[in-house]
Amino acid sequence: MAQPAIHKNYRLHLMVCAGTGCVSNHSYEIKAALEKEIEKHGLEKEVSVVPTGCNGFCERGPILVVQPGNIFYQQLALKDVPHLVEEHFLKGRPVARLMYSPPETKQPVPVLNDIPFFKKQVLIALRNRGLIDPEKIDEYIARDGYKAMAKALSDMLPEKIISEITLAGLRGRGGAGFPTGLKWQLVRQAASANGGQKYIVCNGDEGDPGAFMDRSILEADPHSIIEGMVIGAKAMGATAGFVYVRNEYPLAVERLGIALKQAREYGLLGPDILGTGFDFDIQIKRGAGAFVCGEETALLASIEGLLGEPRPRPPYPAQSGLWGKPTCINNVETWANVPTIINRGAKWFAGIGTDTSKGTKVFSLVGKINNTGLVEVPMGITLREIIYDIGGGIPEGKAFKAVQTGGPSGGCIPKENIDLPIDYESLAQAGSMMGSGGMVIMDEGTCMVDIARYFLSFTRDESCGKCTPCREGTKSMLDILTRITEGKGTAEDIVLLEDLAQAIKDTALCGLGKTAPNPVLTTLRYFRNEYETHIRKKKCPAHVCRQLNVYTIDPDLCLHKGKGCDVCRRNCASDAIAGRKNEAHSIDQVKCIKCGVCADVCNFGAVMVD
Amino acid sequence: MPKLTIQDLEKIREETRRTVAIREGGAYRARVNVHFGTCGIAAGARTIMSALMKEVETRGVADVLLTSSGCAGLCSQEPMITVEVAGHAPVKYVNLTEPKVRDIFEKHVLGGEIVTEFALGIGSEKTDY
Repeated sequence: MAQPAIHKNYRLHLMVCAGTGCVSNHSYEIKAALEKEIEKHGLEKEVSVVPTGCNGFCERGPILVVQPGNIFYQQLALKDVPHLVEEHFLKGRPVARLMYSPPETKQPVPVLNDIPFFKKQVLIALRNRGLIDPEKIDEYIARDGYKAMAKALSDMLPEKIISEITLAGLRGRGGAGFPTGLKWQLVRQAASANGGQKYIVCNGDEGDPGAFMDRSILEADPHSIIEGMVIGAKAMGATAGFVYVRNEYPLAVERLGIALKQAREYGLLGPDILGTGFDFDIQIKRGAGAFVCGEETALLASIEGLLGEPRPRPPYPAQSGLWGKPTCINNVETWANVPTIINRGAKWFAGIGTDTSKGTKVFSLVGKINNTGLVEVPMGITLREIIYDIGGGIPEGKAFKAVQTGGPSGGCIPKENIDLPIDYESLAQAGSMMGSGGMVIMDEGTCMVDIARYFLSFTRDESCGKCTPCREGTKSMLDILTRITEGKGTAEDIVLLEDLAQAIKDTALCGLGKTAPNPVLTTLRYFRNEYETHIRKKKCPAHVCRQLNVYTIDPDLCLHKGKGCDVCRRNCASDAIAGRKNEAHSIDQVKCIKCGVCADVCNFGAVMVD
Repeated sequence: MPKLTIQDLEKIREETRRTVAIREGGAYRARVNVHFGTCGIAAGARTIMSALMKEVETRGVADVLLTSSGCAGLCSQEPMITVEVAGHAPVKYVNLTEPKVRDIFEKHVLGGEIVTEFALGIGSEKTDY
């Protein structure tokens, strides 16, 4: 038997977040400082410092959670460490000033579960969040890791595994929501020539702007993916698997690599797994970061070493995938759900969520939101609960305007729909999609035409160029949107945009093209008046499209409040501002290049934007 | 390297669980609080804590929490501990030594029986934050 590590008892476990967000906020330095200070007090045999995956409350990093007790410390700096170690870990007095205080009450909340951000979350895919060191296989095993795999390999027929997944109602977490059990059934039944080889693939090519769910799962709990894939392999009769993960995720690649090595050493991957006679192994394929490679046929081409371009379907990968063999592709989060379904049963899983969408969904909450972070919530929760209860609302007391779900392939959902329950169908009805789980929150200061232009510029850049509708269509739509934001739009542009959008949707080769018009279509559907104001009045209501802004200086405010401070004139790049110190200033509209610097630098609110 | 069997996997699970279950905040049998004020440390609180850690480790007990707190105000009677068996009132022990602590661990923490000869009384100061 492989020798497991010797585990020591500690009275305190300091769980230091080592997700990408906290690591870039120097959490490894905090960890080193904690260890040094602990040694200084002679506590090294009593207190253990454990690096974990993403805690989720990224806004407040670097994060440290003290167990037992679940005491949550946030925004730690190196200078806080000596005091914290002496007060809390030596003398047992928790340090209130390093705890989270909600902006409304300003009262420190010591315990993680009492913090509103965590209260409504239900963890399945993120079940080991903050509780294990992702680089220690024994800690994963201690949390019932590889138990479902052992059960599936020793005790369950392939049909039984598939029927559990089907009854659970698990649907693809990559965005489209295809029933996972049905996909597995199709791959299981697919005939495979030449020795019956089949493949399974984990799609970790998460490329939407603002999305980091899959990355966080791979970083925090890589063994959950491995275990899910072995169970899938047994169900479908596959002998080899691939995890396709973008090289832009160095921590995820590294931790998955460590996990694979440990699993092989323990015989949880490779020939004759756990002595059950089942053979299966997994390789990492690193992607170069092309958005289109998240599309399944492009992803398969990329694994085969070909150019990452999609091909027409059918045949679907379930019939003819990698090297022409039946192949099952599931998203990272989908695989992470599998062991828990096998452990706790389909009925338990199906008890969470809505009629058509079961279980939970992980979202990354970004944009104009107080609590940026990673959350896992039951399906059916409303947007309002996510944005206000968990997300803490919109910063600076501004009004909520819309939320983009599904990234560049999804759409904007306006504030009128804030009580929409989150599931695959309701999001599709609203014109958006679940997507892989990026949620970009926008406030009243966001211009919806500009947002549509941003997403189109993303899909135009990421279009692989293979099919004309996507290659030329996204470019034409982007040209029109740019024109509108510059005040050069015409009345026909909206009709043209709608025609183009429909044509691209109908004729593009793959999902990237077919969904690229969604941001334009949903903003047209919910914010048509903003397009019209840009075109007819040549105005941007949110003052984001600077070419449409007119900057003027209020002479009274400038003279009486600012005493003609002259800061705007000195900062103006085009010499468009006239005036001397102690005099009211004014802007020459002919010379003004509408850069907006004067408004940014004025301390007296004297520069008006219209 | 020889590979694991399902029984080996269960063994690793059990062994590791003993040391990491404390992170999950589940039910625990007892909490032993060592008073770590400056007075307590000077009087030997560290040796008391080490002795308790050793008891937990050698007996393989997973459900006893060891905590620390500041000065309880009875500096002359340090080292002190407070033993709180789940569901029972906390009991304070004073003027402790390693053998006394081992005795208390066996009889009170594990056995549920108060060691009256070392006990100061029932009750505890409020440790809130």
